[in-house]
This record gives sequence, C-alpha cells and structure tokens, in this order.
Amino acid sequence: MTAVVEARGVGKVFGRDADAVEALKDIDLLLSPGDFASLIGPSGCGKSTLLRLIGDLAVPSAGELTVNGKTPGQARLDRDYGMVFQSATLLDWRTVKKNVELPLEIMGFESASRAAKANEMLSLVQLERFASHFPWQLSGGMQQRVAIARALAFNPSILLMDEPFGALDEMTRELMQQEVLRIWEETATTVIFVTHSIPEAVFLSTRVLVMSPRPGRIGEEVTIDLPIRRDEDTREAPRYFELITEVREALRRGDRSEA
Amino acid sequence: MATRGMSRATRSGLSIIAVIVVFVALWEGYKLVWTALELTWPVRPDNRTVPHTWDIVGALFQPAQRNGPPLLWVELKAAFLTLREALVGFLIGGIVGFGLGVLFVRSATAERAFMPYVVASQTVPIIAIAPMVVVWGGRLAVPQWLTVSIIAAYLTFFPVVINTVRGLRSPEATSMELMRSYASTPGETLWKVQVPAALPYIFTALKVSAAASVIGAIVGELPAGFRGGLGRDLLQFSQQFTAAPQKLFAAVIIAGLAGIAFVGSVTLAEHRFVASARRQT
Repeated sequence: MTAVVEARGVGKVFGRDADAVEALKDIDLLLSPGDFASLIGPSGCGKSTLLRLIGDLAVPSAGELTVNGKTPGQARLDRDYGMVFQSATLLDWRTVKKNVELPLEIMGFESASRAAKANEMLSLVQLERFASHFPWQLSGGMQQRVAIARALAFNPSILLMDEPFGALDEMTRELMQQEVLRIWEETATTVIFVTHSIPEAVFLSTRVLVMSPRPGRIGEEVTIDLPIRRDEDTREAPRYFELITEVREALRRGDRSEA
Repeated sequence: MATRGMSRATRSGLSIIAVIVVFVALWEGYKLVWTALELTWPVRPDNRTVPHTWDIVGALFQPAQRNGPPLLWVELKAAFLTLREALVGFLIGGIVGFGLGVLFVRSATAERAFMPYVVASQTVPIIAIAPMVVVWGGRLAVPQWLTVSIIAAYLTFFPVVINTVRGLRSPEATSMELMRSYASTPGETLWKVQVPAALPYIFTALKVSAAASVIGAIVGELPAGFRGGLGRDLLQFSQQFTAAPQKLFAAVIIAGLAGIAFVGSVTLAEHRFVASARRQT
C-alpha cells in the first residue's frame, strides 16, 4: 500500500541570512490511506506550515516529501487535495450551490453532472435546503459546512483542514466534529487536520502528531485507540479523558525540551 | 410620516423637486435681499450677474439665433453629440484602464515600470494634452469626434486602472490558494474570482469616469474645433455673458443634466451587475 504522505527530513526556513527563521526541522512522517491525522501544538510550532508544504502552498527547504507517491506539485495538478481553512472563503456573489460547483467548473465537468454532484455534496453536509441561498445568509457553521462540501465535491484523496472550526462556538464546533467524522467514514478520505484544541484532536483522529516549536518538529505521536464510530458518549468515556491527558503531557514534554 | 407608504421612486422624485424648490428660493431670495440692502458682495444681485431663474428657464424656450429653433432643442442636440463622444471616450478609457489594471496585477515588473507614468499622466493638465491629440489626430486623419473621445479617454482611464488593481487584489489570500489547489489557470482565477470581486471597485471608478468623460469631451471639443457640441456652445455663451447671461446658465444646466444622466446609467448598470449593491438595497 502506498503512503498518502511520506516525509523524510523535511525542513522549512523562511527568510534569508540573519533574518532566517527555521519553521520546521527534520520532519519524518508516514500517513496511510484512511488515516485521520491531527497536527497539534502551540502557536508557532509550524503545524500550518507543514500542512501548507503537503498541500503545495509552500515549498520545503530541505528533505523529501511525496504525496501519493508524487511531488506535492504534481499531486496538486492531479487535484488530489481538498482544502478547508479557518474562514470558509465562499465567494459571496455565488449561491451555496454555485460555490460548491466552483472546483467542478474549473475541472471541466459538464453542467448537468456539476449540478448533480453539488446536490449530492450538499445533502452530505445536510444543507440541500440552502442550495440557492447566498453565503451571507448562512451562519458561520453552515458556511463552513459549505466549504467542506466544496472541498469534497471532486473526490480528492486527501482532505487538508487548517483549524476549520477555530472561529465557531463550542456547541457548533462539536456538531461539526460529528459531521466531519460521519463524512470521513462515508468517503474514506485521508484527513490531515490542524488544531490547537486537545479534545478536538483526540475526538476526531486516529493519530495525533504532537508538535513543538522553535524549530517546529514532530515530538511524539499518540495513537487514538477509541472505537472508530464516535458519538456524544465518547466525549464522556474514561479512555477519551486518558488520551486527552496523554496528549497534554506530550505537549508539555515538547515545551520543556525546548527550554 | 406620510413618506412611509410611498414607493421609492415617488420619494426620490419628491426629494429632487424639494431640492430644486429650495435652490430656486435661495437664488431668488439672494437677489431680493441683496437688492433691498444694496449689497454688492460677493456678487452683484443685478440681472446681468445673477439672472432670474425664470429668465434662465425661459431662455431655453427662446430661439438661440434669430428665426432659429429654441435654445433647448439646440442644446439637447449638442448634449447628444457631446455625450456620444463622452461615451466612446468612456469605453476606450474603461477598456484601456481595465487592461492596464489586469497587466499590473499579473506582472509586478510591469506595475513598477508603468504605474509611475500612469500617475504622472494625470498631473499633466488636459488643456496641455488636448492640442497634441488634435494635431496627431489630424495627421492620422482621425475623425474629429474620435479625437474628442480620445481626449475624454485620457481623463477616464486613470480611476479605472487604480480601482481595477485594488479590486483584483481584494480577494482573500485563502481564495487564491483554493484556486491554486484546484490547479486553476491564471485566466480562470481572474474571471471566476478576481474580476467578480473587483466589480464593486470598478463600478466606483466607472462612476467617476462617467462624469470625467463628459468634462473631457466638453473641453476636448474646443481645441479639436468640434462644432455643434456643448463645449463650443459653452465657450460662445460665456463670451456673450454680459449681453445674455441666462443663455450660459441654461447651457450649464443642460451640460449638468447630461452628466447626471450618464452617471445615472452607470449606477443602474452597477445595480444590475453587482450583487453587493443589490444586497444593500
């Protein structure tokens, strides 16, 4: 089985000479199909940078990085990535449905199959009733669901999510987490998820990669052995709290190793 | 208030009439009070300097020349010719301005190289540029009206360049990154994300340009020697000001209405094409 993401000694330096900042150093990473991997760590640990390197929004300064056995650039041209950012970034002159169709238009789908696919995606995120609304008529959580529908519309093999629920309130956030798990289960996509919420990382992931700052690196990995199907009861299970503690302690160790 | 039950059109119609009534009252009131108090500052209230409003309106319905058609008719025809030049100038300026804006956003080198000259072009007064355009246009046998349009375009392209650049850069960075993740071509990103995002900016520029193009056409008619437009008439009436001041005021009113009509049409187009303009209403 080919690795979805394989990184060996990947580093990233921003700036030059005296102003150079080492954002990432010696990243080794192997992600398999169907993984739900969370990158967690304090601000400035390079978790978003790592996501951007994988998604070919930035280029590594050192090491080797392959995605589906290709360079990230080739993977991008092959449309292997679906991306969701902290802000939904919907185009506000397009309806919800037309927003979901945007990637399909660029990829040259026929209008009929675009419409069918958009409807399918909107029902996946349970927004079919809002297809002809405009983004500004939707709540923040609904906008983010549209962004997820848009990211999944062309069946990318990897879903890159950069703090997608960071701007949502706690209640909405928990509903969205449930939603993402359901979608992940239905679509069998590999998800790479950046967050700085420990409970969120534990609840969602199969693997939590704990990062530490200056220079950013992956310190430890916590395997989340909760049952694959998770619900509200999971949030109260003893094992859930044990894993939260485990991740928290790993984060502390990462912080100490810096000092 | 009684206005609550009225339609938008009725309300805006009433407010326009109210402004005209207030303006006429101030104008005539000035004449009345200043005459009574025998004041001469800032302007004398006599009929040569400040003609009665009804004389100005009346001038529109009197023949412009002996046995000729009424002034209103002459000036409406003149306004039509001038507006046509202005429209062509507006289109040339708009297209050139948009094209330069796209070029500058696509190429930082082009922006660094040419933007200073675009800005500098606007510090050269149009009365200096216009005669050059006329001479060059004459050499190349360009029709006179087109020469006027080119002078108008000189005034109109600038706001469009500046606002197009601003607007094309207005999408969030993440919007551009999303397009990149779809492996979108620069052209697709331009037409599907950047241009729609730039439309509110571009329409703001077009409204400024619409007004500027009318000025450009009026001024451009003078060195071009274009007869029958508003420019020549305004010049002629200003020379006859002491003899018949009401004619100049009447022509100014027509020129003003022409500008309002043009800017108004652009505003209508904006409401048709820009979603955010619709949202606010």
